[in-house]
Amino acid sequence: MEISELQKVASQVRRDIVRQVHACQSGHPGGSLGCTDLLVGLYFDQMTLKSDESGKRVFDMNGTGEDLFFLSNGHISPVFYSVLARAGYFPVAELATFRKLNSRLQGHPTTHEHLEGIRIASGSLGQGLSVSIGAAQAKKLNNDNSLVFCLMGDGEQNEGQVWEAAMYAPHHKVDNLVAFIDLNGQQIDGPTEKVMNNRDLGAKYEAFGWKVITMKGNDMADVVSVLNQARELSGNGQPIMVLMYTEMGAGVDFMMGSHKWHGVAPNDEQLAAALAQLPETLGDY
Amino acid sequence: MKKYTFTEKKDTRSGFGAGMQVLGQTNPNVVALCADLIGSLKLDAFIKENPERFFQTGIAEANMVGIAAGLTIGGKIPFATTFANFGTGRVYDQIRQSVAYSNKNVKIACSHAGLTLGEDGATHQILEDIGLMKMLPGMTVINPCDFNQTKAATIAVAEYEGPVYLRFGRPVVPVFTPADQKFEIGKAWMVNEGTDVSIFATGHLVWEAIQAGEILAEKGINAEIINIHTIKPLDVEAVLASVKKTGCAVSAEEHQVNGGLGDSIAQVLVQHHYVPLEYVGVNDSFGESGTPAQLMEKYGLNAASIVEKALKAIERKNA
Repeated sequence: MEISELQKVASQVRRDIVRQVHACQSGHPGGSLGCTDLLVGLYFDQMTLKSDESGKRVFDMNGTGEDLFFLSNGHISPVFYSVLARAGYFPVAELATFRKLNSRLQGHPTTHEHLEGIRIASGSLGQGLSVSIGAAQAKKLNNDNSLVFCLMGDGEQNEGQVWEAAMYAPHHKVDNLVAFIDLNGQQIDGPTEKVMNNRDLGAKYEAFGWKVITMKGNDMADVVSVLNQARELSGNGQPIMVLMYTEMGAGVDFMMGSHKWHGVAPNDEQLAAALAQLPETLGDY
Repeated sequence: MKKYTFTEKKDTRSGFGAGMQVLGQTNPNVVALCADLIGSLKLDAFIKENPERFFQTGIAEANMVGIAAGLTIGGKIPFATTFANFGTGRVYDQIRQSVAYSNKNVKIACSHAGLTLGEDGATHQILEDIGLMKMLPGMTVINPCDFNQTKAATIAVAEYEGPVYLRFGRPVVPVFTPADQKFEIGKAWMVNEGTDVSIFATGHLVWEAIQAGEILAEKGINAEIINIHTIKPLDVEAVLASVKKTGCAVSAEEHQVNGGLGDSIAQVLVQHHYVPLEYVGVNDSFGESGTPAQLMEKYGLNAASIVEKALKAIERKNA
């Protein structure tokens, strides 16, 4: 897809994010907005996904023969739900049920409600990289050469399990795995360098045996190009880590530049101000 | 009364290893993971015959559980294995979110459960794992009693679709169940029919219950002994049928009284058919170092304790 077309999708996804969070007055807009370009780049350009003969999106849990994406930092569910709906996994209108009673769009993603596109529950942090490794190793056993992608947060790097997985993947040469860390420098209690300094994550992952590359996560052209680069680097005996530099709240000026919008919903006035900055490109739900 | 004898003693974990070897030969989707305890889990044969289907995780149990969950996405049937303490309590949230809530077809298969791991002491002697695992929605909990039953259970859980906790142990114990048994998940196994008291035992305590039954018989008491190898889902029908006949019961398990098999039975009794119930289990205490036999005696988890509790249950029934 053309960069300009991907940008249009991203604008609509950002509208969906703020509208979902506004409608239930809860959820996590900041990280969702920051990771919008990556998820759009993945689902609308990079990933090979299954469709039936009529072009309708098809979901099966095993995902044999198609690329898989796992969201480890499950709290940015609004962007995941919007991208899945816009990619055809479930009706866009269902975004209106986000975080409401009896919805399949739970606060954090889950397979429990059988929402198409979701393959694992996430929310309790630090587990997604391990799950992604398992899915990648299953692909190898199945002689399936498609890729597994996994997104984590930078605050999430505080979790010990992440480092168990970081040690495992290069040891077992899980080279069909591309992981991303959303480096927005923010976590709930403040800047990551103040809450728990990650220091040089690139050096850490390199020392663990990963191939580390970087991405300007809010520059769609760079997102597309680095995703292509990551695929080219796969299959060479090393897992790939993409340090993705983003801004929390990207696309909505007053949500950018602090951790304040990590888990806060906009009021009516703020919603209007946000939507004014985000052209409606694919039609609101 | 059926007389049970044995010609050899074997560890239940070797029954697991034997079951895994069969699965390695019969089910290409079965894979195994282990956190640096291959020898203790008796996985050598499986690994030797299926090296590409084994994943060594190192001493990193949380990662192991996550990888196991991921392997199911792609159709694998992973057995995540380690000691019961590290495979349940240490990774409770990983099992909760990535396995149980995600409804993944992961088998958490753990050895060295309970006091009978012996000399290593309380850090390794988990007595809370049945409770932890049975509380998780959708989790099946199985605690077989000897080598043959553990082997059969291992094969059975691979055929069952859904998360399972399979619990077994370290010491050698009498092999008294048939080698060719068909293991039915959720179906209690009638060891001996009786009329005076129901003894519901699980795991290593089943053999102790059989010994208790013989001692009780000498006292003129006809005990019904039932092997509850599947703690969840509990065979409610078998429990109720038995207590309706006997009018009192004893539960016996190598686990805390709080939250174990006994509590599951108590729930059934108070809801459907109240009769006196006595518990044989560890009473809100950690274990300690010692030989398995010493520990089982000190903590009251042997035939003598079952006899004592059975007499008390009968006394309460007749009071």
